[in-house]
Amino acid sequence: MPEAVGAAHPTMKNNMTTLNNTIITAFGGDAKQDTNQYPIPPTPPFNKGGGRGDIAYQTPRERFAEIAKAMKVADARLVAEWTTDESLYPHPPLPHQGGRNKGRGFGIYACYAKDSEYLIVKTYTPLDDPTFPSITKKFISAYRFERQMRSLMGVVPVGHPDLRPWIKHEDWPEDAYPLRKSFDASKPLPRVAGEYQFIKAEGEGVYEIPVGPVHAGIIEPGHFRFQAVGEDIINLEEKLGYVHKGIEKRFEALSWQEGARLAGRVSGDTTVAHSLAYCRAVESMTGCNPPERALWLRALMLERERIANHLGDLGGICNDVAFAFLLYQFSILKEKLLRTNLKIFGHRFMMDSIIPGGVTVDISSDAKNEILSEMDWFTNEFERLATIYDENPSLEDRVRDAGILTPEKAKELGVVGFVARASGQNLDCRIQNPFSPYNIIVPKTTVLQSGDVHARAWVRVEEIRESIRIIRAILYGLPKGEIAGKFTPPPPDKSGFAVIEGWRGEIVYWIQSGPKGEINRCMVRDSSSVNWIALEQAIHGNIVPDFPVCNKSFNQSYSGNDL
Amino acid sequence: MFRILHQIFRTGIVTEPLPLLAEAEIEEVGARLEDAIGRRFSKSLTIRMVDAGSCNGCELEIHAINNPIYNCERFGIHFTASPRFADMLLVTGPVSRNMEIALRRTYNAAPSPKLVVAVGDCGYNGGIFGESYASLGGVGKIIPVDVYVHGCPPKPADILSGILRAVKI
Repeated sequence: MPEAVGAAHPTMKNNMTTLNNTIITAFGGDAKQDTNQYPIPPTPPFNKGGGRGDIAYQTPRERFAEIAKAMKVADARLVAEWTTDESLYPHPPLPHQGGRNKGRGFGIYACYAKDSEYLIVKTYTPLDDPTFPSITKKFISAYRFERQMRSLMGVVPVGHPDLRPWIKHEDWPEDAYPLRKSFDASKPLPRVAGEYQFIKAEGEGVYEIPVGPVHAGIIEPGHFRFQAVGEDIINLEEKLGYVHKGIEKRFEALSWQEGARLAGRVSGDTTVAHSLAYCRAVESMTGCNPPERALWLRALMLERERIANHLGDLGGICNDVAFAFLLYQFSILKEKLLRTNLKIFGHRFMMDSIIPGGVTVDISSDAKNEILSEMDWFTNEFERLATIYDENPSLEDRVRDAGILTPEKAKELGVVGFVARASGQNLDCRIQNPFSPYNIIVPKTTVLQSGDVHARAWVRVEEIRESIRIIRAILYGLPKGEIAGKFTPPPPDKSGFAVIEGWRGEIVYWIQSGPKGEINRCMVRDSSSVNWIALEQAIHGNIVPDFPVCNKSFNQSYSGNDL
Repeated sequence: MFRILHQIFRTGIVTEPLPLLAEAEIEEVGARLEDAIGRRFSKSLTIRMVDAGSCNGCELEIHAINNPIYNCERFGIHFTASPRFADMLLVTGPVSRNMEIALRRTYNAAPSPKLVVAVGDCGYNGGIFGESYASLGGVGKIIPVDVYVHGCPPKPADILSGILRAVKI
């Protein structure tokens, strides 16, 4: 079933300042570049070859949505939207605060991206008037971000069409806003009466199928509400938040080092990419440059994580269309890779191997040779299975044309990762925002247009092939030297930002140090936070029995979304 | 088709004999697992897995005990979709506040006597997530637990060993 289009990525240099220029042209003095929190310019080799979201603009609250509109016109993607409680920072009282010091109030942040350029727009809202103009009507991906901001921080997006709680469940007290500094996170929350209003469909023959939170298989919990006529799904609504563990609040009680451990447990299957994104965000606040060898070892782990998870997903997709043979075959390969991880990195998933300033494990030349010969063996085995997948008509019959996410929808929803690449979107942070060695070993992306289950599977096949190549290149070129540099905690009142291409796609961390140099806020945006909603869209018109395979082809993280 | 058959013959049986799984405890009591399941559960132990708030790391390793190398089905262990059929609940994660009710309901839906194995450090005491407004801590705070399996996440052999310990109780 070959239809891979090897896509050349757009030249980045030309586009690196599009968003920046848009802001300057349209808003002039109303958008001030915030140089206070972002004092450290990205320096090589930390940031070879690409721009980063180190440009932040502060704007008056009433112009927040206008900027969103300008960004939309400039063809930007909304990466994330979040809020901070900055009441702890000393700040001269504003006239309307009657002379009382209320810090800086709530910060409202939106991050936009276009090609390799990331740009953050922020505004403040006073504690006694926590409202801001909603941007959901400009960017669909803001829909859940803003519901979550209201649910967990109690800032109200004015003009948002749907203010039902998100992540916060219906039995929480209405005034429980865990991300506020005044909230005592150590106390259990009482339960109150409440009911979640699902979207209803009416008409002859329409019925509802509630599924979850405890699902049939070995899988995380979430609730799916289907409206169906016969076997045809006319609507799917997701209700998530079941595995909300208060991760973002938890960060605020941890040291900078412990934060890396917690980040490694935001979504266990993506432990390498999450701890890496956290560490790079922290490093961007201190100007700390890990040694070159550490950067290469991080990339090695990132690619091994990608292969292992893609193998699991390919097996899962085949199993969901009753082709268990490939599930077992792929799971043998995955198990062998995990055992090598255990032997070489000391952990099957390489948890806690990445720390601020570097990595904790080095590899010997024996280990290097072992991985190289493993890759030879693995390529051979994997190609046999890929051929079997490719040549099986009964498999093809189920995976082709199922769960289509059109390129137009994918762009509108702002999806990332293999979901985006299977639907025509050429996004890959390894290319657009590379860290060493990705500036030298440039990955080749596979972009398909059909957006169906097969496309999402085949993108993974191609990415496994590419990761094998990258792993070999890393091992051949691995620089000598230290594996960790000296890490000094960030100074007070700074922010850091990082994006990493995990196996699911772009992962974003934005971290802010408090007035005493502690973690004041750690914003985590897993790929799942933007990709989950795409499943709702892709399932329209499919039949109920195809839902499992469609869901598996997306395989988004519940834990990464619920935090 | 020939490719599939060829691959099946090439692969052969990859399931490892128990001593190779090697985590001391399994080695010690390994052979008795089948025996205990045979006697106590009519040769079939049915497990309902419940994620009560995990990071999904433990789920990966529970998946792994199903792969051909650990092959838990050889002992008569298999996973079921319905708690009504379950002899054992395998619970992961710190219990999140938003999963507490679902976990209690699943427990109540399983027929007695029911065994509960809590998998992972979080299932023991909440792990790095601790106890907070959103995380209620270990599984034992919500439902009775027979056996805890430590590790973050525990290795597949450790999970098999934990299941074994619960069956022997």
